[in-house]
This record gives sequence, C-alpha cells and structure tokens, in this order.
Amino acid sequence: MGNKTLTIIRPKKTFSLRDFKELWDYKELLYFFVWRDFKVRYKQTIVGIGWAIFQPFMTMVVFSLFFGKLLKIPSDGIPYPIFVYTGLLFWQFFSSALSETSGTLIANQAIITKVYFPRLILPLSSVATKLVDFAIAAIILAGMMVYYGYTPHLTGFFLIPVLLVITFMASVGGGLFLAAINVKYRDVRFVLPYFIQILLFLTPVIYPASIAGKYSWLLAFNPMMGVIQTARAGLLGATPINWTLVSISFATTAVLLVIGVIYFKKVERYFADIV
Amino acid sequence: MKPIIEIKNVGKKYNITHQRVGYITLRDILANIIRSPLQFAKRKAKQITGFAAKEEFWALKDINFSVNEGTVVGIIGPNGAGKSTLLKILTGITPPTEGEIKMRGKVASLLEVGTGFHPELTGRENIFLNGAILGMTRKEIMRKFDEIVSFSGIEKFLDTPVKYYSSGMYVRLAFSVAAHMEPDILLVDEVLAVGDAEFQKKCLGKMEEVTKKSGRTILFVSHNMAAIQSLCKKCILLEKGKIKSMGNTEDVVNQYLSDNTKEGMEKVWSEKERPGNDIVTLISAHLVNREGKTLSYTYSNREVGVEIIYEVKKGGYSPVPNIHIFTNKGEYAFISHADFSPDLDRVGMHKTTAWIPANLLNNGTYAIGIAISTMVPLQIHLYEQEAILFQVIEDLEHTKKHDFNQRIPGVVRPRLEWSLE
Repeated sequence: MGNKTLTIIRPKKTFSLRDFKELWDYKELLYFFVWRDFKVRYKQTIVGIGWAIFQPFMTMVVFSLFFGKLLKIPSDGIPYPIFVYTGLLFWQFFSSALSETSGTLIANQAIITKVYFPRLILPLSSVATKLVDFAIAAIILAGMMVYYGYTPHLTGFFLIPVLLVITFMASVGGGLFLAAINVKYRDVRFVLPYFIQILLFLTPVIYPASIAGKYSWLLAFNPMMGVIQTARAGLLGATPINWTLVSISFATTAVLLVIGVIYFKKVERYFADIV
Repeated sequence: MKPIIEIKNVGKKYNITHQRVGYITLRDILANIIRSPLQFAKRKAKQITGFAAKEEFWALKDINFSVNEGTVVGIIGPNGAGKSTLLKILTGITPPTEGEIKMRGKVASLLEVGTGFHPELTGRENIFLNGAILGMTRKEIMRKFDEIVSFSGIEKFLDTPVKYYSSGMYVRLAFSVAAHMEPDILLVDEVLAVGDAEFQKKCLGKMEEVTKKSGRTILFVSHNMAAIQSLCKKCILLEKGKIKSMGNTEDVVNQYLSDNTKEGMEKVWSEKERPGNDIVTLISAHLVNREGKTLSYTYSNREVGVEIIYEVKKGGYSPVPNIHIFTNKGEYAFISHADFSPDLDRVGMHKTTAWIPANLLNNGTYAIGIAISTMVPLQIHLYEQEAILFQVIEDLEHTKKHDFNQRIPGVVRPRLEWSLE
C-alpha cells in the first residue's frame, strides 16, 4: 500500500501531460467500448459481420453503374469500380467515424453521469470501431486489385498506414469538436448528415481531382482529398505520388486535431452537468 | 498519518438556466442572432462583463471534512441536500465550483448498479464490460470471474442476453461485479435500495466483510437508516448543501430522524398551554426506552415506551390516561389505556409509561394521540391528537422478508408462533 496514487480535484484543471497518462491507464476501457459497439452492432443483424462488406460493396456497384457507366465520369485511366472503391473506402471510414463520434457522448450519457473516466475514450472508441469496419472493407479492395491485376508500389503500400493516421486524426479532430458541440446544441446531429453529403461532393471520391483543373489546389485544404488522391496514386498508380499534398493533408489534420482536443478538453468536465 | 480523504471548502454552483427543460438548439441561437443582432451583442457583453442577472443555486457550500483510512462514513440527509452531488464531485464526474479535494489511493465509485450494462450482451459479456467501466482491468476481472458468478447466483443464465433477465437477476449480477472491486476508497450511492431483502443482506454482509478485512474507506449515501447504522461508524448529515452535523452515527441519525419528525419525540407544554381542564392537565409526553432515554425512533424489534406526565388537580374523577396510535395515513392502529387503580385518583403529579412491545408495529411513521378521560360517567378531559410523531425502522438484520422486495403491508407486523404438525 506504499505508493498510493494521489487524486486532487480542483475547480479548474489545467491541461497537462497527465491527461495522456490517464488516457493510457484507461486503454482497456477503450478496448471494451470498441468490443461492445462491435458485438452489439453485429448481434442483431442476420448477415452479421457481412454487413461491413456488403455496404461499401453495394455503394461501389451503384456508383460504378451511374457515375461510371451512365455519366462516364473520367477516372484517370483506371477502371471506374476500383477507382471509386478506393475513394469510398477511405471516405466511408472518415464520414461514418465523424457522424458516429458526434453522437457518442449523447448515446453514452447514462454512463457519463454515473462513472468517471477520461471522456476522450468515447470518441476515440467510436473512431476505432470504424477502423475495424475499414479493415474488413479493405478485403474487397484487395480482391478487386487481384481481379483487375494491380500490384501496389512498395512506397504506396507503406503509405497506407500514413493515410490511415491522417484519416484517423481528421475524424477524431472533427469528431471531438462536433461531439462537444452536440452536447450543448442537440440539433447539430440533424445538420451533420447534410454537411457530410456536401463534403462528399467536395472530395474527389466519385471523380478525379484533376477534373477541377487549375483550381484543384483549393481542394488540398480538404484533408480527405490528399488521402484519397494519394491512396489511388500509391495503390493503383493513377498519378505520381504528390508529397506536397500528403504534407499539406497531414498539417491540416494536425491543426484540426489540436483544435478538436483543446475544445473538447475545455468543455469535457461539464458534460455530466448538461447532458 | 494523513487522512485518506481531505475535503476543503468545496462548493458547487449550478446556473438555473442550465437546467431548463429541453435543450438549446444551435438553430434558435443563430436565428436570434440574425433577428436581433444588437440585442445579442448586448447580452453577450453583459455576460462577459458579469452584469447579467444570473440565477444561481449552490447545491453544496463550504463542505469541509476529512476521513481516515479504514473508516466507513455514512452520508444522510433529506432529498436535495446535496448528497449525490458530493459523491459526483468526489468521483470526478462533475467538477466543484470552488475548493479542493485530496484523495490518497485508488478511488472507485458505485452510483448505480449495472452502469453501462447493455441489454443485447450476455451476462458473461456484461461482467467484463461493467467491470471495465468500474475501473477493473481485464486480468482482474478474469481472476475474479468465478467468484462474481457464484456470488450472483445466475450461473445458468450466464450466456443469455441480459434483456431476458428478471430485474432481480439483473441487479444481482450487477451488484456482484461491483462488490468485487478492490479500491482503497469506495464511494457508494443508494444502491442497496434495489434488490430483494435477502440479497440486500448478502450485499451488506459483503460490504461489512470488505471493510473489516481490508480496512477499506467507504463513503456511503443511503436513506436506509438500518444499513447506515450497521455499517458506518461515523456519519455526516447534509441539509440544503451544508453540513449540519457530523460525528458518531447514532447521534447524527438520531438528529436527522428527530428533525424529520418535526415536532418529534417529545412534547412539553408550557404552563399556560397545558391541555386539560380544572380536573386534570397534561404536562408532557415523551418516547423513551427502558433506560429512560428519550427516543425519536425505534426499531421494529425493540420495545418503546410512551411516557406521560400529567397533574390531577381535583379528586373524585379517577382520570385514566390512554394512548391512540395512528399511522401516517390517519388510520387507527390501536388504543390502549392504563389499568384502573385507586392511585389514579391521587391529586398531584403522575408519571405513567405505556410500553409498546417489540415486533408489534410495522415500519413507518406513527402519531400518538394522548387522552385522559374518566370512564364512569364518561368524560373526556383532554385529547391531543398528534402529541408525538415517531418512526419505526425496519430491522434489516433480523427481517424475515426473504425475496419480498417492498414494504410489507399492514399496520402491525407481529411475529407469531407457528406450530407445525
């Protein structure tokens, strides 16, 4: 009983490195939240885990039919299905993580008002759950690459984790901000789906960035554009890898993450009073 | 040695605006800004400069106390006294507005049984989830898993989703997980209010075992005075967000219950106000035990005396004191009167005590009416309908309720002898 942890509770808590240590101490809870969300989601559906594959696959089929076959949207000389699927894979990870995260504090308010744990765990676990979905959906991409006969460059292959980190940071950063705002203003979640839909069209998911011509640099501020563009470059060799673009994406998401974390930490302690 | 919990000047303020019904929408706020930007700017400026009229409410104010290691402290008080707010601050769920708290050791809280239980998950899965939410590590849960399951007694339903559980099973499982936490400091809110009596006893037993064996420090909020008295050495009485008294459990509980029964356990009339006539007047009425100590409440398994002091001013009437017991709903429980004796007619002060036996009254609040009357010819000299109010508290330890969860109906609850043939 020698080294006892000392807990000090004061009205104002300053942001410190201890927060990260605390987060680390609670990593098992993070694991259990992801495990719970996953278990619960796939317990009720008949197709179970197949849903994680079915959903992006069907979207890809529909998009290929309408945008690829009928509208003949260019795809940098790559078969449209694999072109759009690469984009969709990252996009769905980002958008579903964003909308899931924004509602996570409300969804877990019964726990928030009864037990203490670093609140950051909740949004983090939502994004992590989506990461599992991503991994499952990625199996289809691998299958398609075999089918269409693409082998990724070595650089491209190793770029995937970097792109995942960027997407992760973008969804956590944006998600934290939205989650915190959603606690106070409950109508945010009604606006969010429209916002995400508009964002889909501002991101080169169904079309190549080159379509925007000389204004395509503007899209670079959308971190997901960099991610998707680079994924296509790295995995399919659509265009050469644009390192500036990767750096810009990384920088923008880093800023987004910092803003998200700071805002979240600022209001975090009062969640239990207002949810 | 330093106290394990130190609480200094802790206060918690709520702005009433935060607690209004429904929720604020961004749409309304934006609409307001667009409709009247000037007014919005003015209000915002007022808020920032602090001129805005705010409705404040201090849920807690000037809370100071410390707890030594291994002590079990009960926190009691009426609803809205700030008991739960205090626990929420201690757990870190909500921050205090002012003050400082220091806690030395691992803290765990139990504000509700089954926090985070998911109806779709099985009992087994929920043990792990709930354990993790309560701050246990996976290893810890695995080590104690069998113990948790056997304590709960739901082995057969371990792989059934908890949505199919009865509420009793649900509570058993949830409490079993909680009972196996091993913190240095445990904060417990009214969780024993649920569950059947037998299981409550089991939980109390487990808590007692835990406190005695490992010297755990527990802060325990409850309305169950029997549980408070059997578990806690010390007690804190909160009222309107402040500490009203603190100390020995018996004294504090006594104070709380006597505050609660307002008029309380004794009534002494001043000379001018004494009920009666020129034949007999009532001076005082007390609730007492055999040692002559004034009580404000009693346990269902203890006898209690109603002590009446009156003065007979004129002989020849043989006035007989009698008591009328009512439930708090106004039903008549019973009437009892003193045995007739020549002494009743003696002019002067009389002191008489009516003993209500143990195991007669059910738990609840009762009013005692006091009357003094002459039997032949019938003449009522005085009648005070609610002279004393008192509470009968259920004796949790010797209760024979088993799985019966609610208060047993009835005015009386005698323990009868049942012969078996």
